[in-house]
Amino acid sequence: MPELLYREALRRALDEEMARDPHVFLLGETIAERGGSFKVTEGLLARYGPGRVIDTPIAEASFTGMAVGAALIGCRPVVELLFIDFALLAMDPIVNQAAKIKFISGGRRRLPLVIRTQGGVGEGLAAQHSQSLEALFYHIPGLKVVMPSTPADAYGLLKSAIRDDHPVVFIEHKRLYALSGPVPEEEALLPLGKADCKRRGNDVTLVSWSFMVHRCLAAAGLLERRGIEAEVLDLRSLVPLDREALLASARRTGRVLIVHEAVRRGGVGGDLAATIMEEAWSDLAAPVRRLAGRNTPIPYSRSIEEVCIPTVEEIAAAAAELAAIGR
Amino acid sequence: MEPTAHDADEELPPRALLLEMYRHMLATRRFEETCLDFFRRGLIRGYLHSYIGQEAVAAGAIAALRPDDWIASTHRGHGHCIAKGADLRFMMAEILGRETGYCRGRGGSMHIASADLHHLGANGIVGGGIPLATGAALGIRVQGGDQVVICFFSDGASNNGVFPESLNLAGLFRLPVIFLLENNFYAVSTPVECSTGCCELAGRGPAYGVPGVCVDGNDAIAVWRETRRAVRRARSGEGPTLIEARTFRWGGHHANDPGQYVDPERLAYWKGRDPLALLGREIRDAAAVAAVESRVEAELAAAVEFALNSPEPAVEAFLAEIDS
Repeated sequence: MPELLYREALRRALDEEMARDPHVFLLGETIAERGGSFKVTEGLLARYGPGRVIDTPIAEASFTGMAVGAALIGCRPVVELLFIDFALLAMDPIVNQAAKIKFISGGRRRLPLVIRTQGGVGEGLAAQHSQSLEALFYHIPGLKVVMPSTPADAYGLLKSAIRDDHPVVFIEHKRLYALSGPVPEEEALLPLGKADCKRRGNDVTLVSWSFMVHRCLAAAGLLERRGIEAEVLDLRSLVPLDREALLASARRTGRVLIVHEAVRRGGVGGDLAATIMEEAWSDLAAPVRRLAGRNTPIPYSRSIEEVCIPTVEEIAAAAAELAAIGR
Repeated sequence: MEPTAHDADEELPPRALLLEMYRHMLATRRFEETCLDFFRRGLIRGYLHSYIGQEAVAAGAIAALRPDDWIASTHRGHGHCIAKGADLRFMMAEILGRETGYCRGRGGSMHIASADLHHLGANGIVGGGIPLATGAALGIRVQGGDQVVICFFSDGASNNGVFPESLNLAGLFRLPVIFLLENNFYAVSTPVECSTGCCELAGRGPAYGVPGVCVDGNDAIAVWRETRRAVRRARSGEGPTLIEARTFRWGGHHANDPGQYVDPERLAYWKGRDPLALLGREIRDAAAVAAVESRVEAELAAAVEFALNSPEPAVEAFLAEIDS
């Protein structure tokens, strides 16, 4: 299988979907001539022209709302919000408009819209460019939330998101764009709502998504040397949630550690933990644990930035503690 | 900028169009009166924002459109919906919360929309429809179509950030959208002169490369004429126009708001310029007007009967369609 960078895999998905369907078009800041701040859309202007790869002024509320309007008349816009932090300027079109269309029409209207954005800590970008805000969108009925961790997942999930008839918030991670990984040569779609077991293990389940999946995999490597077999379950999409895979793994290992980069308070991990305890209580050998970002805005300086999110060592230590309970 | 009324020397709409505008305006007036009555009797829940007094704006503007052109509406949207050709039965059913309504009782007055009518939707968020309308105009361009979009909004919405943003975007891309600002002089209870340092709202257009015109919003013919000009401009690729239509809301902000903050002299002035009466005088054909009146009464009676005899949404069906 050929290797692609995460950004190249995303670009390939956009390219294939634009070639396949003339209703797909791209809208966002600095995506055309410059190819996007993270170079995802590079080369697409030359292929599809300024009518379908459209640079916008810095007006998130309006160009996101415009994507909603275009989707209402049958287009399939993919709007790029440069940082998820900027999505807060576009919460009306996303939450009050896009998320409600299907519902308030009694199921009669479709809204095929993808909002691509990226979040997460990295590169010293500080408090307004480093947030992990998936919980905000997870909370809103009517939105799907997809967070791929690998080039193959990014490729297959973005294609499915574009073909979906309802709004998808597609959250990339700034530290993954340069990650290389195998991507199938043949066209391949991945369904939304299917988790992926990235590593098999019987002693403890590490549940994660996006960048933290890679830290969980590294932690599983450390745990292996200590004789602990950790399973790493990558949820890939938070809405729809693969409850079946989540609960099956929880039941099998009886020990679950949920790891996410977003702050712990009000994070998706709390909801997942409650779900597991409600549904799989009798099969658990230990209380579900969470390891998440600290409840703080992200600082600038390197020495204090990195301590705000779970490290490989912290994940391994928490998993080892869990694995020891009742043994 | 002074609003322009229509000049008798200029071209008039064809007679059939005049009668259609009149029918839409009368249907709106009577529909709203019926809704207000139902609201007082406890049959309508939530908010009900009456369009009485502003009927000429929707009817005049939409008369300048083709059926495949789009509109985006507001919380005060019944007039736009009726002028776009909505079936009064499905509107009344929706407002009474029935399964047979435009939104199957899930939306209510503030969310009526119809893809078949090319109606993007009413909107519960003031200003919420402005970028949607602008985006529909962009979507038309992506699809290679020649339709245009009318974006209805108000003096209140004109102070929300999405208005200047969208005006800028539409001007930049020369999009086929008409920003139809219905200046009814009040944002809920706040008079326009207390919400902006510049009450010449049409003047905001040129700042973004968008021509701005001001028209008498109680004069349906003047609204039609100005909108037709803007539609021609938009359809030929010359870009957007901002039309400020000055009109007046006869009631409070919603059915439960007596509107005591409104200056009575101002209200009396505007009631003396009833848009229905103004247009009725232009038609000069009592028999034709009477025929429109009896058609409207019959349609309204049928709508009320249809709605009152329709079921509310079934709980089981609703629960089955939502995610767990």
